[in-house]
Amino acid sequence: MTTLADAPVSNTPKESFRLAMLLNDTRYRSLTFQFIALVAIIAFMAFVGGNLVRNLAEAGLNISYAFLGEPAGYDINQRPIEYDSQSSHGRAAVVGLLNTLIVAFLACMTATVIGVVAGVLRLSNNWLVSKVMSFYVEIFRNVPVLIWILIIFSIMINALPGPRDFRGDNPTASMSFFDTVAFTNRGVFGPAPQFTNSFGATADVPATSTGLDWLIVIAALMLSFFVARAIRAWATKTQEATGVRPATWHMLLATWVIPVGIVLTFLGLTWEIPALRGFNFQGGMQIRGSLIALWFALAIYTGAFIAENVRAGIMAVSKGQTEAAGALGLRPNLIMSLVVLPQALRVIIPPLISQYLNITKNSSLAIAVGYMDVTGTLGGITLLQTGRAIETILLLMLFYLTISLLISAVMNVFNNSMKLKER
Amino acid sequence: MKKSVFLGALTVAGIAAGAAAAGTLDDVKARGKLNCGVTTGVPGFAEPDANGVWQGFDVAVCRAVAAAVLSDPEAVEFVPTTGKTRFTALASGEIDMLARNTTWTFSRDVDLKFEFTGVNYYDGQGFMVPKELGVTSAKELDGATVCIQTGTTTELNLADFFRANNISYEPVPIETGAEAVQQYNAGACDVYTTDASALAAQRANFEDPSAHVILPEIVSKEPLGPLVRHGDNEWADIVRWTLNALVTAEELGVTSVNLAELGGGSDNPEVNRLLGTEGDLGAMLGLDKEWAKRAIGVAGNYGEVFEKNIGESTPIGLARGLNAQWTDGGLIYSPPFR
Repeated sequence: MTTLADAPVSNTPKESFRLAMLLNDTRYRSLTFQFIALVAIIAFMAFVGGNLVRNLAEAGLNISYAFLGEPAGYDINQRPIEYDSQSSHGRAAVVGLLNTLIVAFLACMTATVIGVVAGVLRLSNNWLVSKVMSFYVEIFRNVPVLIWILIIFSIMINALPGPRDFRGDNPTASMSFFDTVAFTNRGVFGPAPQFTNSFGATADVPATSTGLDWLIVIAALMLSFFVARAIRAWATKTQEATGVRPATWHMLLATWVIPVGIVLTFLGLTWEIPALRGFNFQGGMQIRGSLIALWFALAIYTGAFIAENVRAGIMAVSKGQTEAAGALGLRPNLIMSLVVLPQALRVIIPPLISQYLNITKNSSLAIAVGYMDVTGTLGGITLLQTGRAIETILLLMLFYLTISLLISAVMNVFNNSMKLKER
Repeated sequence: MKKSVFLGALTVAGIAAGAAAAGTLDDVKARGKLNCGVTTGVPGFAEPDANGVWQGFDVAVCRAVAAAVLSDPEAVEFVPTTGKTRFTALASGEIDMLARNTTWTFSRDVDLKFEFTGVNYYDGQGFMVPKELGVTSAKELDGATVCIQTGTTTELNLADFFRANNISYEPVPIETGAEAVQQYNAGACDVYTTDASALAAQRANFEDPSAHVILPEIVSKEPLGPLVRHGDNEWADIVRWTLNALVTAEELGVTSVNLAELGGGSDNPEVNRLLGTEGDLGAMLGLDKEWAKRAIGVAGNYGEVFEKNIGESTPIGLARGLNAQWTDGGLIYSPPFR
């Protein structure tokens, strides 16, 4: 033990640390510069922050979030949660946030579908199809999304009939789909599901909320999902054992239809058809023109970018893969879905995350068509009515940052499950 | 990276607040131009004409101030602002004064740290509907879709009015008056609501103005006037007394026609004080003797400006009503020039 400890560890003389090494020694140099940069950034932030606080104090303003609890005083047309003009500014911000999430979710889903279809079709061997798709991509991604929002909105309000055109003995417009859906320049009015035996209702009090009923419906759909998965697993097992895949479509159909059908019958599903009363269509479900314009514009605009991502992903898969799959006797659509797309996804997903983030952030253009998203409520009316510009903008940044980071996190989990598993 | 975004916002806010403290009169003189915030276009109040020259009732206030301070009514840089951007533009020092149909309210005056320098138009919020709807009162508007300019007091008055009368409506928030009119004409909303004066102004530009009615209900008080930043009292005085000079000129019968003649001296001491032939009120403001004379010289007195831009002889056709001189039973009243 002692001999080992006393033995020289190394032949090089033990260097003592000198100050000059901070600059000359590559081991320390990068640390030195990082430290200097950090100090500079902190000093700059302190200067700017101090300047802000001093100037605000001079102007007699202070940073306070007390306004969030005060009554907002304004109304919002699209309210996913209970809200009226006496609710607080904070609640108005939440309504706006939910509206942002609604349009972002709808636009992400639609853009993905449009993008995948357009991206695959652009690689089609059919000259016409591939040219039409490149036309779509080039037109839509090269015009700013704000212009698309405005174009679609003004086409909607000018081309579609107003509610008053549906009135009278000889109306100039009529409802579509067997008189259940009205396309107007204020939006689309369609039938809304209603439950006559709602769980939210008691013997003599009608239901105030159908949330519980929907939970039951969703539970039934989940049940169907798991049963359908079991059926498919059984079919695969049988195929592996016998080489013949049993026909499962009738079982799957029954699995999806029967449980939901029973639940809906039990709840007493009826459809409330919108009817023209007073100035507008009343009852039923309304999808406002502003939501449609924003949703559609974001979807086709971003869809063009996603189409290019998809095309890049597919082209990144070696042609040998396609040929090999063809040599095994797979048909072209199976080659695409079983061989090419699963490999292409690894290339497609990372840029897809950026596109989803773009949709969410671009949805802040909503005010152009009067859609009350979080920029419209918190960053618009609340800011103007309270004059708390710095507070609301900081809060707005926090909201978008949080949403974006959450989308990134979820998509990264998805990406990890899709990426090449190295064993 | 997340921090740098935060930082950028703070910098902007910091710089914005920094500009607000300096002496506005000196800035304007050094610049040689008055930066005046106006609307993005309301006929009669502020709108560029066919030659791109800004004209209108609010524009006249800007030009009068420019004439008083810089001796040149054309030395104005008009900055179009929306309902949303106007206060930031003023607070940040981007504009020296705001003459943009802005309602004088407690919170804007006190909480937002602005200084209203008077009222150049007493207005109230009204409703406009197509005649074919057959509506005669705003209380019949249950369930209607209403176009509103977002970020204005009208938004709050609207909510209060419908709530107080226990009727429902669907708000359609819109950024500018022009877009609101576009949607109203396309039938995307049944009702357009804003200040009654602006309704009349917008209606004058319609293809068929007679097909639209302005409902009798006036649901709010909207005293509109120019405003400046809090804390620069000298500058606020200049804007306030320029407006008062126009009002006093009408009261005393000083018009663009007889201005030159009266400017040579008259029997009325108040006219003399106003036009600078007696005493030196201008020096107290940090201006010369003839500041008010130049302000009146741009387009005449308050009444002349009113008649030329929004009066009954114009397509907008607004009666003086509340905006008549106090001697004629109106509310237009200037403190004495003494």
